[in-house]
Amino acid sequence: MRHLLSTRDLLRDDAIGLLDIAEDMSEVQNREVKKLPTLRGKTVVNLFFEDSTRTRTSFEVAAKRLSADVINFSAKGSSVSKGESLKDTAQTLAAMGADGVVIRHSASGAPQVLAQSGWIDAGVVNAGDGTHEHPTQALLDAFTMRRRIHGDAARGRDLDGVSVMIVGDVLHSRVARSNLWLLETLGAHVTFVAPATLVPVGASTWPADIRYDLDAALAEVRPDVVMLLRIQQERMNAAFFPTTREYARQWGLDDERLLALRPDSIVMHPGPMNRGLEISSRAADSAQSTVIEQVANGVSIRMAVLYSLLSGDREARS
Amino acid sequence: MTTTLITGATLPDGTTTDLLIADGVIAERGAGLSGPAGARVLDAAGLVALPGLVDLHTHLREPGFEQSETVLSGTRAAAAGGFTAVFAMANTMPVSDTAGVVEQVQALGDAAGYATVRPIGAVTVGLGGERLSEIGAMANSRAGVRVFSDDGKCVHDSLLMRRALEYVKTFDGVVAQHAQDPRLTENAQMNEGALSSELGLKGWPAVAEESIIARDVLLAKHVGARLHICHLSTAGSVDVVRWAKARGIEVTAEVTPHHLLLTEELIRSYDARYKVNPPLRRDEDVRALREGLVDGTIDIVATDHAPHPEESKDCEWDHASFGMVGLESALSVVQAAMVDTGLFDWADVARVLSQTPAQIGRLEGHTHSFEIGASANLVLVDPASSSTFSVDRLAGKSHNSPYLGMTLPGSVRHTFHRGYPTVLDGSVLSASEVAAAATAAGVARG
Amino acid sequence: MARIVLQNSDITRALTRISHEILESNRGADDLVILGIPTRGVILAERIGAQIRQIEASAPVDLVGSLDVTMYRDDLAHHPTRAPQRTRVPAGGIDGKTVVLVDDVLYSGRTIRAALDAIGDLGRPRAVRLAVLVDRGHRELPIRADFVGKNLPSSTDERINVRLSEIDGSEEVSIDLATGAGA
Repeated sequence: MRHLLSTRDLLRDDAIGLLDIAEDMSEVQNREVKKLPTLRGKTVVNLFFEDSTRTRTSFEVAAKRLSADVINFSAKGSSVSKGESLKDTAQTLAAMGADGVVIRHSASGAPQVLAQSGWIDAGVVNAGDGTHEHPTQALLDAFTMRRRIHGDAARGRDLDGVSVMIVGDVLHSRVARSNLWLLETLGAHVTFVAPATLVPVGASTWPADIRYDLDAALAEVRPDVVMLLRIQQERMNAAFFPTTREYARQWGLDDERLLALRPDSIVMHPGPMNRGLEISSRAADSAQSTVIEQVANGVSIRMAVLYSLLSGDREARS
Repeated sequence: MTTTLITGATLPDGTTTDLLIADGVIAERGAGLSGPAGARVLDAAGLVALPGLVDLHTHLREPGFEQSETVLSGTRAAAAGGFTAVFAMANTMPVSDTAGVVEQVQALGDAAGYATVRPIGAVTVGLGGERLSEIGAMANSRAGVRVFSDDGKCVHDSLLMRRALEYVKTFDGVVAQHAQDPRLTENAQMNEGALSSELGLKGWPAVAEESIIARDVLLAKHVGARLHICHLSTAGSVDVVRWAKARGIEVTAEVTPHHLLLTEELIRSYDARYKVNPPLRRDEDVRALREGLVDGTIDIVATDHAPHPEESKDCEWDHASFGMVGLESALSVVQAAMVDTGLFDWADVARVLSQTPAQIGRLEGHTHSFEIGASANLVLVDPASSSTFSVDRLAGKSHNSPYLGMTLPGSVRHTFHRGYPTVLDGSVLSASEVAAAATAAGVARG
Repeated sequence: MARIVLQNSDITRALTRISHEILESNRGADDLVILGIPTRGVILAERIGAQIRQIEASAPVDLVGSLDVTMYRDDLAHHPTRAPQRTRVPAGGIDGKTVVLVDDVLYSGRTIRAALDAIGDLGRPRAVRLAVLVDRGHRELPIRADFVGKNLPSSTDERINVRLSEIDGSEEVSIDLATGAGA
């Protein structure tokens, strides 16, 4: 793999390969010495045009556990916020000898533009671009599901037949898109549940069922996994739905809906959560919730991705 | 002035003839002509002679955005593409909303000499969409403006649009509407559909174009005015215009070469060269636009030549500017989309790229026939050639062409503007040569 | 043409001898951990472990593990990305134990260097020993095997192929000219 830009083009074997490497990385996390010398002498740049302390920290920990040098280059307070172009930033990072660039950007496609630009030769990891994709989030979600479902026998397995319900702002969610493509590749079945204003135009052509009524969907599908998407503050004022109260009542995973789930269903959320809006506190803190595991698994997945992109001979992969 | 003898050219109707160009006009026509001593002789065997192309929709960028294009460089691009007249859009800085600005643009065009430049006047002051600009002053100026447009912005206020349609009637003018509902397209990036949803780019719904066209044809009917719709891009727009024409509404419509050939699938690369307003649409839209052009629902092809400097395209998709250069590639693209597909013959090409745009724009003195005595505006095209479209085909200042690297048919061999050459053997003549010829032609005409 | 240097029976004999030598030098099977280096080292380690349990009934059941050294290699940047393999340490860990590393061929010594680093991150053994089926020479680091099946002086142009029935379907060690070398 040269870059990780989306899950849509990820082949099944490559995806499972990454999940398996993440299993190895996760075992390292349980050792006394949590660090591997693998990427010694490599430089990873976290290029964040959008604030995200969680994702940036997760990549930073992952890179450091592999002994890479990490440079955090965030837009706020840097030349980037003063109008420096992506091109100039990329060329600057190239001149500093970056081997990998982890990029978070509000513009969809910015990581792909960077990867195919020729401005920089580094491996590019998409850490979330606009409303396009967030591939490492989808990988860590798939990893989390695979572990909960297959336990110690997870290695080499896919998610064949697993039913995943993704609830909320699908329209603006890069997490939903990346999850959809990856889950389809791994054999899972996806149902989106959202108010019609938050379902993307043309989503009927996607490999997912689309439902509006959460209670009916939960009762009929009885999903293995319920994943709640975060409602962004700015959507609340943009007339996609009348009020947050109405949203929580119709599409929030409240206590009642939690109790109605199968006892072995798992509850996921990419974080940060709006407790009381898309998910109740009881649901977030229940034994069925994987919210904390997702964070821990994020480090393992990102180690696996950085390892796959940066450890080998770059020439041999192009 | 030099005399030129063109031998063995194929006219749009398929007949073959020699043409003698002298004193700015077609002096003789027929087989076996011989020119006077010292005449330039061009062997046009295998070449198609078309009347000089007329672009009703060009952005020359001057005054104000000379880093992208100037009147000189833009008309040089026009000549390279076989155009002998261009209508210059009003979104300059200052905006072409006064007699002074439109006269300046026209004068720059006359001095350059590569093509006849006809300025388009803004409908509203500063393209602000609030007050009518001094349409009468522009119409009565030396530039004689007949086409008015806020292109780049839509005249979205219904009352203002009604007034504009009525008011331009006074001057035999036409409003060229850029149909785009602003609220439905806030921050829109590409055609709205399954692909925009997948790519995470904000959707630009077809209805944002179609609803404005529907409103405007009804307004035009109500006030009995002429209306021209810029760059139709959707199948629905074709339906609406077809409906309007069937009811006798005086509406004309244009389509760009790129909307006849390219689809939104190209945007998967996030390469901002494909970012354009209106956006590239689906395959079925391309098919409907071609059909509309064939059945006359769409009257003309216009380039919407929109030059931008490199930095406006060499960036994230969301941050890139809208627009493509199109003058140099238009004829090849129309050949690829319409002629080579069997939908059009060369007479149709002459109609949609020369005669009809000249009529809509009330372009005087720019005859589009090969009759003896007609002003010698013509282009000789080699339709049999085929080549990879590269930057050396671009004669303007900017290189934001979506066709770079594509194989396209046809090439412009020679262009004549008012009897003097602007392109010979595929090469654009130098600015000084053309300017001198233009001055001479002006003197000769008295 | 490949030349067979160890046959099925030779391999079995060599492993039996190594098993005895390990027990001899460790004075029994107490506090012994056998770690194979993937891929073929793991199979050899399992065979040695089985032999040791046969010889010493008191040997612990969970005696054999695997140690993947991919993440510790110094030549990662010179090859396409390698998929790492499983590391599994026996339940008792390695602290204070005698760890016997097992690999199929000892050549430059770099794999063993990586393995020593990997062990250092897993714990602190009392001692680390090295057992290999074939030692072909050409060391690039000061590393030496404690238990050797066969010393096989070779030229760097040659390739040593170890085939084990569990994964290769047959059982032999052969030597041939590396592809690309020679003609």
